[in-house]
Amino acid sequence: MSDHAPDATHASGVAKTYARRRWYRSRDAVTSHTPDATTHVPGFVKKYLWSTDHKTIGLQYMLTGMAMALIGAFAAYVFRMQAAFPGASVPLFGRVAAADYNYLVTMHGTIMIFWVAMPVLLGGFGNYLIPLMLGCDDMVFPRVNRLSYQVFFLSSVVLLASFFVPGGAFGGAWTAYPPLSANSAYSMTPFGSTLWLLAVALEFVAFLLIVIAAVLFMGSVGPLVAGAVMLLLDQVVGTGFYDPARGGDPVLWQHLFWFFGHPEVYVLLLPAMGVVAEVMVVFARKKLFAYRTIVYSAVATGIISFFVWAHHQFVAGIDPRMASLFSLTTLIISIPVAEMFFVYIATLYGGSIRLTTPMLWALAFVAEFLIGGVTGIFLGSAGSDIYFHDTYFVVAHFHYTFFPIAFIAGFAGITFWFPKMFGRMMNETWGKVHFWGTIIAFNICFIPLFITGTAGDHRRIFDYAMFAQLATPEMQSLRILATRALLVTLAFQVVFIANFVYSMFRGAIADANPWKANTLEWLAPSPPPHGNFATMPVVYRGPYEYCVPNRAEDYWPQHEPGGDIAELGAPGGRRPVQQGI
Amino acid sequence: MTTTIAATRSVTEIPTGRLGVWWVLVSEIVIFGGLIGAYVMHRIGHPEWAGQAIHTNIWAGGFNTFVLLTSSLSAVLAHQAAERGDGKRAARLLRLTAAGGAVFLTVKAFEWTAEITSGFTIGSNLFWSFYYTAAGLHALHVLAGMVILLFVAATAAKNLELHRVENIGIYWHFVDIVWIFLFPLLYIAK
Repeated sequence: MSDHAPDATHASGVAKTYARRRWYRSRDAVTSHTPDATTHVPGFVKKYLWSTDHKTIGLQYMLTGMAMALIGAFAAYVFRMQAAFPGASVPLFGRVAAADYNYLVTMHGTIMIFWVAMPVLLGGFGNYLIPLMLGCDDMVFPRVNRLSYQVFFLSSVVLLASFFVPGGAFGGAWTAYPPLSANSAYSMTPFGSTLWLLAVALEFVAFLLIVIAAVLFMGSVGPLVAGAVMLLLDQVVGTGFYDPARGGDPVLWQHLFWFFGHPEVYVLLLPAMGVVAEVMVVFARKKLFAYRTIVYSAVATGIISFFVWAHHQFVAGIDPRMASLFSLTTLIISIPVAEMFFVYIATLYGGSIRLTTPMLWALAFVAEFLIGGVTGIFLGSAGSDIYFHDTYFVVAHFHYTFFPIAFIAGFAGITFWFPKMFGRMMNETWGKVHFWGTIIAFNICFIPLFITGTAGDHRRIFDYAMFAQLATPEMQSLRILATRALLVTLAFQVVFIANFVYSMFRGAIADANPWKANTLEWLAPSPPPHGNFATMPVVYRGPYEYCVPNRAEDYWPQHEPGGDIAELGAPGGRRPVQQGI
Repeated sequence: MTTTIAATRSVTEIPTGRLGVWWVLVSEIVIFGGLIGAYVMHRIGHPEWAGQAIHTNIWAGGFNTFVLLTSSLSAVLAHQAAERGDGKRAARLLRLTAAGGAVFLTVKAFEWTAEITSGFTIGSNLFWSFYYTAAGLHALHVLAGMVILLFVAATAAKNLELHRVENIGIYWHFVDIVWIFLFPLLYIAK
């Protein structure tokens, strides 16, 4: 958004631009907007399959992501049962063979990252909320947006189909390192690996099409697309890009994958942080502390995230001098991220905190991601990573970052914006039951894995009986504890699903602004019609004006006229002095 | 059908269609960047590839470079005609640009046939893998560009959607620029 004053040169430049463009068809001129819903009721196909409404597409992304999460969770359940009780028949699955274990682990990782975290956070929240928060009627390319979901849906179908091809789904881990991925003699999944690659490639295309998916994602995914083309040729045509015997280099894939993979962490972290910030200010009834610091930290995180990828290759044979460089950048990136967390804690300080379900999730995000961040220091330092690499310590660290990102922030967002999306409130009591059940069980599930990882548990072992020093009763009891806690975590998701479905149809009716929040999405009716706002809203102040002194209400919506606009410097203005509460 | 305001109004003063083209191009740059970067790193590590590169047909590549760059001239002239509102002339020039792409692909087809029949296939050596992958990916972009050029020309001939003439031109210049990187890297570097 441009905030510089319209000086003379700028104005004449604009006039010139428009004069030059008179030959545009009149269709391109700004036309007055009438919400579709009032003029005619579209049929099922038009309404759901071909809708260009960002809210329909956003919800489709979100619900598809949630459905895929069930499949990813089922995979986790099966392979954790095998890890805890090797050789036992797993209820609803049967005996887990070594090949099954490989594909279940691979599919769990792939699905949870690419088909859950990305669609829910970017495709779901991003699509649904960004136009509403900006006061727009839709995304900038509505039809491309629609196409993106269709491609995404196709990619989900391809991925799910790969479970049923001869040899089964891809079993070379979600990072698809060659030669496991390039040569089916190693992964033993000749069709699965190609379908996996095809599905992931389609999924990337879908996300390239959602224009909200940020410069960060676009900048990082390109080399991986190139890498995927090479991997596909290795698999199908028989080239040797990643085959050292023919002059290729398997580490090249690791570079291309993680050049995408690590910025991807922040592509997903930043929306999650945004969700948490939005929820926090509303339930702390306090202005976001140091807004600019958050913006600059987010930009800094994004830039630095392009220079940390090789910390995944400390033991892959990269130059040790490079290892110390990447250790340094990895430790540096924790500074802006930590800064954002300090700012969040400062926002809470002195606020009038309401412990609603979304707020509990937001607070839990800060607490849990902190553990993920701190354990990341051990892995980012090349020296300690040589020991920790590929152990369950990495697995536990990863889940302390991605469970908060995908699920804790996801639940915070869903419980917070549910009234906007469906016009009904979710049940608070069951929401809290779900929260405590999930959070406690989640910690009991992953803290033991830090311990087993430190004791040397390698992350890709199908049956520990083959390794005497790892197959001790103490280690096995920790694995069983983790698996039992996982079962409890999964059981509590039933509470969420029941609450979600019940509230969708039977929950208390929500008005447009049930949380008494300031931002523009709460101006639109719940749920908003196609076109969102009856008239385009005018913004009078910044989004976080809570508990402004000398006001009767403790919130001050952005669209409400009043106050000294010049002082606030609208739009998106700030008060010159931090007012506190 | 109603037009959404967000789809037509642009805070950047850049028409949204052109913004979309630039968006596509930036994502293309990183795709080709990753591929070319991987090739250059390998090439530095394998000086012996020069012995393979010597078999590329530098005259065919040079001729194609000339044809492709020249085809961009007519794309620019088409843009100029569109600015004046002369859709018919713009359409003719766009078709000329597409014809340039067709010549490029035809020469490439003969060139590749000769190379493949001499035994230099995509699987024979990593240099040739990169050669066919990079040039093949580029050729697909030329093909896609030709289809869009003809599509835009068809509407421009009716004096409709003239702003698209500039947008496809931007894309076509990008296809040129990629080839300007590929030609020396694959053909000239010996």
